[in-house]
Amino acid sequence: MSKIWLITRREYLTRLRNRTFLLSTFLFPLVIVLFIVGMVAIATQTHTRHRIAVIDANGYFKDYLKSDSTISFVFSPDLDTLNYESKGCSAVLIIPVLPEDKKTIYRLKYKKQLGLEGSGDLTNRVNEAITDHLIYEKTAVSRAQLDSIRRGSDIADFRSYEDMGTTAKASNQGASFFVAYMSGILIYILTFVYGAMVMRGVMEEKTNRIAEVVVSSVKPFQLMMGKITGIGAVGLTQFLLWIVLLVSLGIIAQGFIPASTWKDVQDMQHASAMGDASSVAKTSELAQRVYRIDNAINGANIPLTIFCFLFYFIGGYLFYSALFAAVGSAVNEDPQEAQSLMMPITLPVVFSFFIMTVAVQDPGGPLAVWASIIPFSSPIVMMARIPFGVPGTVAWWQLGLSMALLVLGFLGTTWLAGKIYRTGILMYGKKATWKTMWKWAFHK
Amino acid sequence: MNILEVNDVQKTFATQVAVDKVSFRLDQGSIFGLLGPNGAGKTTLIRMITGIFYPDAGTIHFEGRPFDAANDILRIGYMPEERGLYKKMKIGEQALYLAQLKGLSRHEATQKVRYWFNKFEMQNWWNKKVEDLSKGMSQKLQFVTTVLHEPRLIILDEPFSGLDPVNSNLIKDEIYDLARKGSSIIFSTHRMEQVEEICDHIILMNKGQKILDGSVSGVKQQFKENLFQVGLENAEPAENGAAPRSEAFAVVGEKDGQLVVKIDPGHRPNDVLSYFIQRGTGITSFMEILPSLNDIFIRLVEGTPLARQFQKV
Repeated sequence: MSKIWLITRREYLTRLRNRTFLLSTFLFPLVIVLFIVGMVAIATQTHTRHRIAVIDANGYFKDYLKSDSTISFVFSPDLDTLNYESKGCSAVLIIPVLPEDKKTIYRLKYKKQLGLEGSGDLTNRVNEAITDHLIYEKTAVSRAQLDSIRRGSDIADFRSYEDMGTTAKASNQGASFFVAYMSGILIYILTFVYGAMVMRGVMEEKTNRIAEVVVSSVKPFQLMMGKITGIGAVGLTQFLLWIVLLVSLGIIAQGFIPASTWKDVQDMQHASAMGDASSVAKTSELAQRVYRIDNAINGANIPLTIFCFLFYFIGGYLFYSALFAAVGSAVNEDPQEAQSLMMPITLPVVFSFFIMTVAVQDPGGPLAVWASIIPFSSPIVMMARIPFGVPGTVAWWQLGLSMALLVLGFLGTTWLAGKIYRTGILMYGKKATWKTMWKWAFHK
Repeated sequence: MNILEVNDVQKTFATQVAVDKVSFRLDQGSIFGLLGPNGAGKTTLIRMITGIFYPDAGTIHFEGRPFDAANDILRIGYMPEERGLYKKMKIGEQALYLAQLKGLSRHEATQKVRYWFNKFEMQNWWNKKVEDLSKGMSQKLQFVTTVLHEPRLIILDEPFSGLDPVNSNLIKDEIYDLARKGSSIIFSTHRMEQVEEICDHIILMNKGQKILDGSVSGVKQQFKENLFQVGLENAEPAENGAAPRSEAFAVVGEKDGQLVVKIDPGHRPNDVLSYFIQRGTGITSFMEILPSLNDIFIRLVEGTPLARQFQKV
């Protein structure tokens, strides 16, 4: 035990003293923030306004088809399918006479893709226009009345609550989605980053021929475990530093929010508790944002989420890093060899990532549930479900089973990796394949 | 007393018998040469002695008790042929780390490292990194980390490779010194002249088997060919007209201007001397020619396929 401790300590301290550790600890959150800001910026930037020429044989679309910030419809008698481009339009919408008793096709013609087909945005607008026209035609509702109804119908606001038996807790789907997605991505990235670190460490020991010196003092298994725990401890330290960083950034950010805004936020919280949504709308935009973030933070079960994150980070790390260590021990000097041997390990991780993107959309679905229980994918997928609520979305038995299987799973991979590692670390020259590694594991 | 007793150990890898029923004993304080061509099974044998591999069959006794890898490994120092250090780690820390892995407390380890660094004039290396060291310097550091926990058994695989003559002698003197203090040393090398110089006892392995075992002088006696070098008084032997003829010996060549004779079976060196004395030829020197270990090594190993399927197992 004390030998594993010595090895762990060396791995931990040499990495902590390394400049790259400091850099990555402080740069990673920055990169994440920039990434999110960039995504938002791109998402808002790309909404260019399309001018679409409309050739309408029915004559009524002019009154009902509504332009807004993304699409503006142009009606002009001199527009046709040949000259729409020279008149500054990016597409032309051709609507033939639409008889009520059969389906008729209307067409959009363009030179460059607008990306409007998939979104359903355009068809919704056309359908809405037809509906409005029919309401106007078939009922006694005037056009002004119809417009006033459309404008005034925005009086209901949606809020969901998680049923906790005797009490109910306000849930925030948007925040849950965000936390779930971020947790999943973070576990995914960390598994790769630290798994690769373990693999490189093992390869370094093998190619520098330190392994032979060290295994004459300690068992190969102790060397492997020491490395895994040492690098895992580095990961935890980094994670804790990120939390400290995040909390202090949060506190600093709070300092920049004016006191009056805080008062508004408190008022909103009070009003919201009383079930009065109208007062929310009256406050400033900044206050509303802070209110939403505040609400999201308070809505999530933070201690449980952090505990589970740590558990699944450690569990997933142990599960995969043992396999990465096995691959590192089998590789000679050729990094290409490492790439091909890593494939069977990286595949389930990447696959888990895709399941995770599905799981955040449907956290209660069978795919999400089973993938969050099977240890190969559970660290990433379970972390994408937990923010939606325990025991609501994730039943206690699922969480328990998933955790137990993950523990069994990493005991299994560690045992397997230990056997491969023991032989691989001293084997030079011969190119290893998964077949030979299998032999190392199960023969003697 | 035997520090190490290896009985019929065997190790097989897949289809290949790497070590095949090898036995030997190692006395306390002796320097033991483990010789053999590449792929003979030396490294595998050493790895079994250092507890890295378990033998498939046979036994190993350390200090009279069955070998217990977990504890006995702390009393063994092993310097493998393919050795390395953590490049980015400081030298002092590295030595401390390796010493602690051998079971020394941090305090003990610090004292020992300081002692050896002083001895080898390495004090000002402490904060340097391994990547800044020359090959010879890191070799010295390797040696220090192998012996600083005062092991009872020291295994050195090609300890002089990459060392200049000055540092070679430094290490050689330490090896003698350690043996004098009671450590036993297994010395594995291809350099026969070093073996002749340093070792008391040798075994020669080939294709996984032990093919020779004995003291250096004993082995030389065993393989001697009854060759003698005779120095004669008058002039060059070749200009002496016809070569001397006798039923006791035959002249097989000359070396350094002297005759080399091979004594036929059933005759003694005295017969050679009396032959020349009877003819009134003055004898200036008379010396037995013993084969070098190198000759013996090549003779025994020659003709067998040296290149085995793989070198290191």
